Amino acid sequence: MTPGNPNRIKRALVHAGFAGLVAFTWYEGRLAPAVREAPRPGKASGIRFREVAREVGIDFVHGATTVDPDVANIAAQITAVGAAVSVCDADGDGHPDLYAISSADGAANALYRNRGDGTFEDVAARAGLAELNVPGELACMGSVWADYDNDGDQDVFVYGWGQGQLLRNEGQLRFVRVTAESGLAFRANSNAATWFDYDEDGWLDLYVTGYFAEEHDLRALETTRIMHDSFEFARNGGRNRLYRSLGDGTFEDVTEEAGVGSTRWTYAAVAADFDRDGWPDLYLANDYGPEELFLNRDGERFELASGIGLEGESKSGMCVALGDVWSQGKLSVFVTNISRRGYLFQGNNLRVSMLDVQGPMLQLADGDVADCGWAWGAQFGDLDDDGFQDLVVANGFISASRERDYWYQMSKISLATGDVVADAALWPAFEDRSLSGFERTRVLRNLGTSTARFVEIGREVGLDDHYDGRAVALADLDGDGRLDVVIANQRGPLLVYKNESEGSGRWIAFDLRGTLGNRDAIGAEVELEFADRRQLQVVTSACGFAAQNERRLHFGLGSDPGAVRAVVRWPSGARTQLEDPELDRVHVVTEDGSR
Amino acid sequence: MTEMTTPVVVEAGASRLARWLPRPTPKNLITLLITLILVVGEWSYGIVGGYRKLGLTLGTCVLTELVLSWFLLGRMPFLQSAYITGVSLTMLVRPQAGLVWPFVVGAALSIGSKYVLRYKGNHLWNPSNLGLAALLLLAPTRVALLSHEFGNAIGANAVIWSVGILIAARARILHVSLTYAASFALLAAARSAIVGTPLLAELAPLTGPMYQLLVFFMLTDPRTTVRAKRGRVVTVASIAVVEALIRLGNDFDMAWAAPFAPAPPILALAIVGPIAMALDLRRRSVRGGQNPTV
Repeated sequence: MTPGNPNRIKRALVHAGFAGLVAFTWYEGRLAPAVREAPRPGKASGIRFREVAREVGIDFVHGATTVDPDVANIAAQITAVGAAVSVCDADGDGHPDLYAISSADGAANALYRNRGDGTFEDVAARAGLAELNVPGELACMGSVWADYDNDGDQDVFVYGWGQGQLLRNEGQLRFVRVTAESGLAFRANSNAATWFDYDEDGWLDLYVTGYFAEEHDLRALETTRIMHDSFEFARNGGRNRLYRSLGDGTFEDVTEEAGVGSTRWTYAAVAADFDRDGWPDLYLANDYGPEELFLNRDGERFELASGIGLEGESKSGMCVALGDVWSQGKLSVFVTNISRRGYLFQGNNLRVSMLDVQGPMLQLADGDVADCGWAWGAQFGDLDDDGFQDLVVANGFISASRERDYWYQMSKISLATGDVVADAALWPAFEDRSLSGFERTRVLRNLGTSTARFVEIGREVGLDDHYDGRAVALADLDGDGRLDVVIANQRGPLLVYKNESEGSGRWIAFDLRGTLGNRDAIGAEVELEFADRRQLQVVTSACGFAAQNERRLHFGLGSDPGAVRAVVRWPSGARTQLEDPELDRVHVVTEDGSR
Repeated sequence: MTEMTTPVVVEAGASRLARWLPRPTPKNLITLLITLILVVGEWSYGIVGGYRKLGLTLGTCVLTELVLSWFLLGRMPFLQSAYITGVSLTMLVRPQAGLVWPFVVGAALSIGSKYVLRYKGNHLWNPSNLGLAALLLLAPTRVALLSHEFGNAIGANAVIWSVGILIAARARILHVSLTYAASFALLAAARSAIVGTPLLAELAPLTGPMYQLLVFFMLTDPRTTVRAKRGRVVTVASIAVVEALIRLGNDFDMAWAAPFAPAPPILALAIVGPIAMALDLRRRSVRGGQNPTV
């Protein structure tokens, strides 16, 4: 053989290898989750859902807000959020109610009261919770419920674009606005808020996030320079705020001294003790930027965690769902992001906190978990009570034309340098285009392996609508011991998926009542030992995107849980231990002060 | 005594150092530029996205080059080309989360194309351009390219463009880079007028990292660029025209254009580059001037 003139056999081998690589690449492309749509029998393991919203008396449709005509070219994008749902117990009867949010001018929010048999009636108008979308005042984006005044009933803070509203529950399903006298009169363009007791003084504090900067009245703009100034590291969003409860029904702004005034474009916030030091931390999902974890230092201030694997991964965080993916007593977060074939694979993040052993937020996401499309709200929940938490993920951004898509137009502006991207007037017009529209809701079944393997079973189990999903909330609406799923869709109906799974495992649930700390026990943890597992769940206010789950903690146990032991850790520091609690029932546990 | 001998030692040291330092040849300068982009991008915004990815891509490029050169040609290759390809792929390939194979396969396809896709003794595609185009067209459900600005800092962009222009001038390839940039700008203005999109939105892509790598490395690759200066100008302008057609096709939602939408310039180069190269090689072979190389 001479250089430049290889013999034919060698050349043929190299050509065959090259062709093999081409074939491999093509084949791998065919295997992608986005392509693989056919149901896979046998993977669902008895899980079944049926959509029953109308059947149970729910006929709510979300309406979107409007924006200044100066940014009409991308109004479709700006107004593509607002559908929200919270599970609450507004009438205190022990049955989960639903508060659904609309955002359109004058559109009524709905409070669906659970009659106790899994059917509902809308009582928002008489409760004073319907007429909150007032042009110039507020476009509702979500709600967070809690007993902030510790008087035994559930109050609500409704956040959105404009002046958020605090409504105090006066009993008998009557709510009154107390925003001004409570010290919460401020304008923001907010898409998230959460109640938590950051200083553990027994009174719930309120964290309200900002998305668009608060100086912009999106309905009457003075400038079109309202957008993010970077697709990856934007810091020109709305300011997040922390309001500390003074215990008398009023709040003071402690944002600066607490150090949690992030101006990233925050879409979701969840409070839990990630570093296991006994103080609730704040985990934020930010659009156009990395996630942020603010570690609570002795209830006095927060420090932005660094070197734990978050700051280097800049994506488009939409929600933070909280769970324990391994059932090993370690908190997990699922942060949704964007995936779109050919254009962008940010991938959802599934992280396990290893902070208790000075480790990182360990990233586990790949395959079906990472790529759900343009993912929004999500929640962890054990749908088949097999002892491992599954995931429900709502997807799809803007469904308009089925033929015309905005991704190409988006790709032009997304490469801009400087603050070109910040000027909405410079963006290509949306017209009637879709942007990741008509995407399917996903159900990711946790296979219970040590590597957290999930398989996507949405189609098989009947939880597979194609609306533009936003908020996902979980609750046992009919009291049958199985978690049902509620999904709020942008410009679409509120869907209720009844869990009709067969052959599910044993279960146990806990309603926690605080006495030393906040009455809702927000921040309390239940660690349940069963079989060879140890699952940790936390009582939260907000969780996911624009959503709140039923506060009751539901544990699936599998068919043979063995000896079961529960330890409740209260925000006050108290502990309650339950040995061999009865299974397949709800336990009401009251803080007893023992340590 | 010490004072007397010190300069001698320094001079000898400098001389030894000079022997080890690469000379400022055009190729070395280009290598320096891509390293600068890599370092600035990583230092500022973590553009690499993990050193495993860099190691895998670079390692595969170098290994493939070594193996194929030894296996087919029986000689050790120069590895600068593999290095530039590896760095380009590292920065641009953005696969689905958790996937590793696109870096390995993309690198192997890129370098392999130099030995497989040949005409009259020359390879036709810029290696990284071929690898990127293959990944995008064959597996768009798995792979995307860096489709947004990293960090959005004008300063970092200005440094890269300034140094790039200086080095391109020194390497005598500035006419290629400038022809493309000017053609893109003119055609962006035309597209803006036709489609009604703001001009800045049409010009915006030129400032992104995908275009930096295209303008300073792929279009100017001496092995896959036509020989005559005028031919290069015509080729590069043609690439810009094909890119504009792809963009217009997508602006008007034409089905044929959709597969090219995620990376119009990369795919325009993948179409026009080899055609121009083949025509040039054919013309040169007719004149008896072909010069087979790898």
